[in-house]
Amino acid sequence: MSALIGPILLAFLIAVALAILNLRNLFAVVMLSGIFSFLMAGVFVILDAVDVAFTEAAVGAGISTVLMLGTLALTAAREKLPRKRLPILPLLVVLAVGGVLIYGTFDMPAIGDPNAPVHQHMAPRFIEQGPIETGVPNMVTSVLASYRGYDTMGETAVIFTAAIGVLLMIGRRRKRKPETATGKREGRDDAV
Amino acid sequence: MRYDGVPRIVSKLLIPLILLFGLYVQFHGDYGPGGGFQAGVIFAAGFILYALIFGLRRCREVLSDGFVRIMLAAGLLLYIGTGLASLWLGANFLDYDVLGHDPVSGQHHGILLVELGVGITVAGAMLAIFFSFAGRDETGFSGADDAEAEAEAEAEAEERERAETGA
Repeated sequence: MSALIGPILLAFLIAVALAILNLRNLFAVVMLSGIFSFLMAGVFVILDAVDVAFTEAAVGAGISTVLMLGTLALTAAREKLPRKRLPILPLLVVLAVGGVLIYGTFDMPAIGDPNAPVHQHMAPRFIEQGPIETGVPNMVTSVLASYRGYDTMGETAVIFTAAIGVLLMIGRRRKRKPETATGKREGRDDAV
Repeated sequence: MRYDGVPRIVSKLLIPLILLFGLYVQFHGDYGPGGGFQAGVIFAAGFILYALIFGLRRCREVLSDGFVRIMLAAGLLLYIGTGLASLWLGANFLDYDVLGHDPVSGQHHGILLVELGVGITVAGAMLAIFFSFAGRDETGFSGADDAEAEAEAEAEAEERERAETGA
């Protein structure tokens, strides 16, 4: 029974992705992308990556859905119809890249294979020494915050920079229309 | 949504639990799934829910724009500060061994501090991005008064209708 969960989740993922491609109502697309993220979180749980699943559910299904709804409120709620032309070149590029990627997976070790290179090099060191050296039972946290602390600092800097970028682009209050603006507000806006 | 009883009451019940769960994920990340990133997002989600139901203006009374920007920078500074503290105490940058009386407790303190830094920055970033999206006048839940916002929304709907009939 549990062997079926993976294929069912993947089938739902494909169905949701196709629906997102076909729908023109952007509100439905936003909702479906939230559902896509939840399904993805389920896939990560099956792969025993609970921390990633947690992040996917919180960010992908939660925050980004809200942000996309906020964007929808600023723009139109319907996608414009695309030009009716068969995109042959993009289709060929996509098929070629997809074919190469699938060809590449043939050389990859099976999921959970203990002899896979990724489990041979650093992983045993983190698994055996991590809890002893850091006293933290959650190995993800010990790797993330301690062994790879420098990386995580860079990631935090990236989030910081992204937020600064958004603030610079759209964070400034726009000037109110003259009939609704009070003198005080206008003065403050000018000062900013 | 702002005048519906059910979302208001349910969100009032949920928001303290969401914030509590955010703190749990933050400080229990050493033992279970979770950590600063997830905690920051959950914590921000609590405030975003509040802003969605009760209006952005009231949310900004609790967390002003300036405070959110300070959070944004403070988390990263806390992270870098932890690294500098270990540098100050004679170890490598971000080598937490020297932050406690023995290496394991030092690691524990270091991990707690940098995760807190990550959490504060992520929460600040999510809130800053949400505020700047929702704070645009066109979205309807701007900093205006409720009645004013309603009038604005009505005018907007009229404008949209006119644009649609025109096109």
